[in-house]
Amino acid sequence: MLKFLISRLLQSVPVILIVVTATFFLVRAAPGGPFDEEKAVLPEVRKALEAQYKLDLPLHEQYFAYLGDLFQGDLGPSFKYPGRSVNEILASGLPITAELGFYALLIALVIGGTAGVFAALKPNTKQDYIPMTLAMVGICMPSFLLGPLLVLVFGIYLELLPIAGWGMLPGDKILPSVTLGSAYAAYVARLSRAGMLEVLSQDYIRTARAKGLPEWQVVVRHALRGGIIPVVAFLGPAFAGLLAGSFVVETIFQIPGLGRFYVQAAFNRDYTMILGTTVFLSTLIVFFNLLSDVAAAWLNPRLRAQFQGGK
Amino acid sequence: MAAAPGSATSRNPWFSLATDPSTAATTRGWVETLATRYRQTAWAVGTLALSALLITTGCGGGESNVDSGNRDGIFHLANAAEPQGLDPHAVTGVPENRILRSLFEGLVVKNPYTLEPEPGVAQRWTISDDGLVYTFHLNPEARWSNGEVINASDFIWSWNRALHPETGNRNAYMLYPVKNAERYAKGELKDFTAVGIAALDESTLEVTLEAPTPYFLQLMDHYAAYAVHPETLLQFGEMTDRFTAWTRPGNLIGNGAFNLDDWAMNRFIKVRKNDTYWDRENVSLNGIVYHPIDNQTLEERMFRVGQVHRTYEVPLDKVPDYRQMPDTLYHQDPYIGTYYYLVNIDKSPVDDPRVRRALSMAVDRELLTRSVMQSIVTPAYSMVPPGTLGYQPPQLFTFDPAAARELLAEAGYPGGEGWPGLEILYNTHEAHRKIAIAIQQMWKKHLGVTVTLTNQEWKVYSDSVKTGDYQIARRGWIGDYVDPNTFLELFLTGGGNNNTGFADPIFDNLVSQKAPRAKTREVRYAYFVEAETRLIETMPIIPIYTYNSRYLLHPSVEGMPGNLMDSLNWKYVTLVPGRQLPDAMQ
Amino acid sequence: MNTLADTASPDSADTGSSLWQDAWIRLRRNKPAVGGAYVLLFLIVISLLTPWIAPYDYEVQNLDLGASPPSAQHWLGTDVFGRDLLTQIMYGGRVSLMVGFIATAVALLIGVTWGAVAGYVGGRLDAAMMRIVDILYALPFMIFIVLLMVVFGRNILLLFLAIGAVEWLTMARIMRSQVQSLRQQEFVEAAISLGLSQSAIIRRHVVPNALGPIIVYTTLTIPSVMLLEAFLSFLGLGIQPPKTSWGLLISFGAETMEEYPWLLIFPGLALTVTLFSLNFLGDGLRDALDVRGSKD
Repeated sequence: MLKFLISRLLQSVPVILIVVTATFFLVRAAPGGPFDEEKAVLPEVRKALEAQYKLDLPLHEQYFAYLGDLFQGDLGPSFKYPGRSVNEILASGLPITAELGFYALLIALVIGGTAGVFAALKPNTKQDYIPMTLAMVGICMPSFLLGPLLVLVFGIYLELLPIAGWGMLPGDKILPSVTLGSAYAAYVARLSRAGMLEVLSQDYIRTARAKGLPEWQVVVRHALRGGIIPVVAFLGPAFAGLLAGSFVVETIFQIPGLGRFYVQAAFNRDYTMILGTTVFLSTLIVFFNLLSDVAAAWLNPRLRAQFQGGK
Repeated sequence: MAAAPGSATSRNPWFSLATDPSTAATTRGWVETLATRYRQTAWAVGTLALSALLITTGCGGGESNVDSGNRDGIFHLANAAEPQGLDPHAVTGVPENRILRSLFEGLVVKNPYTLEPEPGVAQRWTISDDGLVYTFHLNPEARWSNGEVINASDFIWSWNRALHPETGNRNAYMLYPVKNAERYAKGELKDFTAVGIAALDESTLEVTLEAPTPYFLQLMDHYAAYAVHPETLLQFGEMTDRFTAWTRPGNLIGNGAFNLDDWAMNRFIKVRKNDTYWDRENVSLNGIVYHPIDNQTLEERMFRVGQVHRTYEVPLDKVPDYRQMPDTLYHQDPYIGTYYYLVNIDKSPVDDPRVRRALSMAVDRELLTRSVMQSIVTPAYSMVPPGTLGYQPPQLFTFDPAAARELLAEAGYPGGEGWPGLEILYNTHEAHRKIAIAIQQMWKKHLGVTVTLTNQEWKVYSDSVKTGDYQIARRGWIGDYVDPNTFLELFLTGGGNNNTGFADPIFDNLVSQKAPRAKTREVRYAYFVEAETRLIETMPIIPIYTYNSRYLLHPSVEGMPGNLMDSLNWKYVTLVPGRQLPDAMQ
Repeated sequence: MNTLADTASPDSADTGSSLWQDAWIRLRRNKPAVGGAYVLLFLIVISLLTPWIAPYDYEVQNLDLGASPPSAQHWLGTDVFGRDLLTQIMYGGRVSLMVGFIATAVALLIGVTWGAVAGYVGGRLDAAMMRIVDILYALPFMIFIVLLMVVFGRNILLLFLAIGAVEWLTMARIMRSQVQSLRQQEFVEAAISLGLSQSAIIRRHVVPNALGPIIVYTTLTIPSVMLLEAFLSFLGLGIQPPKTSWGLLISFGAETMEEYPWLLIFPGLALTVTLFSLNFLGDGLRDALDVRGSKD
């Protein structure tokens, strides 16, 4: 296990390096620079701006300078927001997005997981159809639609909850968490149902049943662990995808999180910001994919042999 | 996770359970422990998190921003976007402008009702007879927010910074009417003392211009011409640095009616009344909270539930409902901006002026603005908006599909026959899309020509237009000041915002030589009419509509009139407690 | 072949042709699945016939009419340009169904192959393949889209490429985790010991048994692909007005949900119906192919 972890962590170094390098050159290749606006920028002003951000150096020098700074943990100044560093912006947005993502995933796992498992226990009955129908509606309902709809109903018609913000008014975290969580809940429900169905038909479950264990014990002790493997495989990227996925929710509810920066940086060609968020995102992806692989292995001891045998 | 029980043993309980029932007893014990532990952890985490969610958020209403604001004199403004920054010489944009003009004040400010200049830092001023020398007498009561007196030298230092080639100030051109300013900004002139700004004494500033500039006083109200506090900037870096922390709360020293109080990125900017401001007796508000809301639907909803006093815009489709309300809260005022299509006159088939005229005459602007745009804009037939400080542009064409078809036939495409195709380029935006769809259909219906639409993401679009990689592209231009010049100078040969290939020496001469030297406004405007006539006859642009500013304003707000520049003077704004939104809003 | 199948997976009737025949029979007995298939078929036929049967020309505007609620002339109402909404939805379905199916098929093909190979072969190859997936996850998608447009210009094929490029990644991860867990099950090991070629094992034993979650994930992918298309069109990569799609209709309808609810409800309904049919069909397929479950 330890060997597996170490080797995966070692693998992550080239992964992040490749991502950084590819992103660095990709963003430079995209048309339109950070200083382009509809109103033409005077040539003398452009020159001064490029000099201030060292964009006048040859590209490879810029690249190595960036890598040098990166190793020291310095992500550089933002192009879009003069006077702010990318580190500072990430530090201010991260806790918020992390909190939002945590609540959302919690909602997804609790609601989606429960619904999926119950549905799988009695396939093709009401207990299956009702939660699965809701899940399908959840999938059909993209957050750009669900968010404003929830705001309209709970914020404006019923006047129960604040319609925007994060941690500014009591209750303002509920609607964004539900909006972001429901999309994932739908996926979790569908995948856990499928996974459970798969497992419930396997030999060892039959053995367990044959031994006369109560149904709930069979489910909770034996089936659940195997049944949620597809969910766990989905969760790795889903976790990391929250960063990009929370963009829509953060925009709808005006939440000062990272998701907005991640997307807007690309629109603004805020080079350092794009790179900063990408470095961060790739670290997250490597980490959560690793975590989800480990979790899958833990849930399925058959796989553990691989880690031990060094296969 | 790595320490999962059993991971170190060679026995594989999962596998053996499935194949060898005999070991099931021991295995079950193991699985049980594990499942229990797993469940307990999951429950603990879940319960904790859910209760955290409920506690930190809690339910319940509370007082709205507008209610508390009216009581405490705090104005809540929906301000579109997080400002790039608060350094007047490093940023551009309308949201930035609205914040900056609460924190700083120029030599001269605009009256929000008349747009006439009135005293700012300068108590009074004189203009020489030839219109070249402006003498500003600073108000001895004008202070920085740390209590220091504002000197003439502060302005000289600041203008040096605003123009300095290393500052990279995108609005430096606002000061180009000043003698030698352009040469200094381009680095052709190293010595700033040669630039036409000098201190006659501590409190007298003399500005010499390159040529007479009738709108020069208006420019003094632009943030590019604001003074910044030299010692504060130098404390955090060099004069020309863009990155320093001098604009942070606690650091920023300004000279406006308000001080920077708090700034949370993408949340709010709070300013509170400045006790050292010279005209503090006339400032009614105790503070302003700027909410960066970049979502029109949301800001309208925030307005509806009393979270902001004024919105930045109004969603197009909400306008009819708001208009029908008695004593409507919807405000729409003429705005000095034109929406038009740029035509790349070097590209076939629009390289033929007859084609361009035909296209323009086949756009039913009345119908377009009335239907798709819900009458929130006004049809435009000229580049300069009519009534810009008394200027009346020539109207050289009308909607006339028959004449348009004839022109098109003359150009060799009778009824659209042989038409090679044409592409309209616009940047991704709902309003641009709607207009393009309507115009696409009008051209098809009236001229029989097919047109394709292409939208590009903002930076790509800007790049395509700049490099001339387009046939027809949308463009909007908002005047920098109230004068026809701000629209017409765009089309000078080789101008950075011309982008059409239009090049006419006679036009250039009229706009940049004859008009500035005209003795009277009538003569000057006559030159402009002549220039604009040449422009519209060549038709490198297809004017579509003139902008209006549109916003929702809470009934408790007074002193916030609409004007051509959508110019805001916070000094005039007052809040009257007790006025509520009409019930019909819900 | 028969003996092998019996040894490898005692529960299954895994003989080349009868596997699929059995599945087909089971599928036809599953009423929701058959219903879903008919609805999908109906939608596809409507889409194919749209140019001939649409009630109006999708381009023609009636600006003075503007957005109007459902009426006798316009059954589903009109949009802000006065264009018939039913016509818009019919034409939009052509785009959405095509994008949904083709892009998902691309993602499915790449993702399943990639995941199956990585999961089955394991070791260094697995590590390398999955790290490539990690890298692609991390690259900024929007910059990638912009560059695609710049390099290749506008092209409907690009749309499929762009969507496939992102959607196959999760598919690959799910497939890999399935294969890994199947890899060590007894029937696969038996097949290995019998000396079956690797590709035969993957095709005959691993993939069919891993299909459950894959089918489910596929049916989840199709609607998200349809919505992704709207986002890409928004960025300028997808289709251009006056052409439209369900995703675009829904995203524009969402903006005016209070004023013109029908502009949201009807396109949303079209997407929902499609999704439900797909899911019923998908579940039916899953059950039909689930060789073990079938004996219960």
